[in-house]
Amino acid sequence: MFGEHIAARDVLMRSIRAFFHVRGFTEVETPIRIEAPCMELHIDAEPAGTHFLRTSPEMYHKQLLAAGHDRIFEVGKCFRQGERGPLHHPEYTMLEWYRTHADYMDVLEDTKALIGHVWPQCSENWTVKTVSDTFVEFAGWEPVGQYDADRFDLDLVEKVEPAIRQLRGPVVLIDYPVEAAALSRRKPGNPQVAERWELYVDGIELANAYSELTDPVEQHRRFEACAEQRRSMGKAVYPIDERFIQSLENMPPSGGVALGVDRLLMLILEVSSLDQVIPFR
Amino acid sequence: MYNASDLKKGLKIEIDGDPCMITNFEFSKPGKGQSLYRCKIKNLITGNTFDKTYRSADKINRCALLSRDFTYSYIDGDDYVFSDNETFEEAHLGEDLLGDLKYFIVDDMQVEILFHNDRALDITLPNFVEMTISETEPGARGDTATNVMKPAKLENGYEINVPIFINEGDTVRIDTRTGTYADRVSKG
Repeated sequence: MFGEHIAARDVLMRSIRAFFHVRGFTEVETPIRIEAPCMELHIDAEPAGTHFLRTSPEMYHKQLLAAGHDRIFEVGKCFRQGERGPLHHPEYTMLEWYRTHADYMDVLEDTKALIGHVWPQCSENWTVKTVSDTFVEFAGWEPVGQYDADRFDLDLVEKVEPAIRQLRGPVVLIDYPVEAAALSRRKPGNPQVAERWELYVDGIELANAYSELTDPVEQHRRFEACAEQRRSMGKAVYPIDERFIQSLENMPPSGGVALGVDRLLMLILEVSSLDQVIPFR
Repeated sequence: MYNASDLKKGLKIEIDGDPCMITNFEFSKPGKGQSLYRCKIKNLITGNTFDKTYRSADKINRCALLSRDFTYSYIDGDDYVFSDNETFEEAHLGEDLLGDLKYFIVDDMQVEILFHNDRALDITLPNFVEMTISETEPGARGDTATNVMKPAKLENGYEINVPIFINEGDTVRIDTRTGTYADRVSKG
């Protein structure tokens, strides 16, 4: 339960904070106990009395961007119901940062610099591949334009992830089918693709990033559609945070990244399970 | 029926009518995607192992395994016949299921047979059985403390290693779980 990971986590946290402070980011604190968790099809919030525990700080960060904060980051606990396994824990530490007047490729540069700073031993040989090319190569089909959610998830886990594990080093899958856009914007000039990427290191999914969706109408529509799907699956439907939706009107184009700190620590310490980096698990 | 979230290592389930056991289990959830339950599964009849991934919405059949007490009765051709202690119903078990255990079955032996529906899957014998040595080289007199072993044969032809001091006609105790000599019961 205890061991070198306790001290290694302290070093990692200080190193993360130093990285962002030097670059002019402000560390922020946003609510953990909230009324309206982000509506995503496969992410379930842990109920907390009359409220829920946050699954991500995303909607509060965007309100801060709309209010004029240009560079912000937060490291804190997030909660996801029912997620437990070697790479999942229902309570985990998330690093999230946002930058205005930037897109998903700009924050990819932040990410490369961050990884180089906190984990100098990590390979500098980054592979960037589109989701489309990756699926055609490893799963034998094109998901963009003919998205099949079940097949996409199964092939991702059974074919794509094992294949990119072989590549070693960081692999970035970019440009997701728009159906898997979540809170990202469509690619200008290619509406079937969303400006989203996921970072894998040694086959482990480490971070997710968007060119953020700033269109309140589109965002509301996506939440409504998601609520409908959740209802039909018998899942809890969360209230829509209208203040968040409204704030998007004033939000500059921005890029943002969410990164799992526990998994990063796992990779740095070269261990294979969160058991070895989360005390009291 | 089980839900995918009930799956865990060691759980027995039924796939296409066959009893199976989950030998390895991993929760997986690709970014923004659905929960997936990746399993390594062993077919308890064929012994084959294979990979299978379940989605949250999948339902999995339970596997009804039942263990019943039987008494060994007689041999019928290649089959060993046991009778149920309560219903006196007969169960025929072939050599393919018994393997080397067939050498340790004695008259009126009490055994436990594991069934999936009406199909016998496994048999458990008492941990120890007494058998008589029919063939072995004479041992050195008085040499009872050594752990040097020598080959010997049981009446039914099963070959076993016994300590040097064991002689033809001696009755020994055999551990049926390992098929090895345990100790001497009486001299022949």
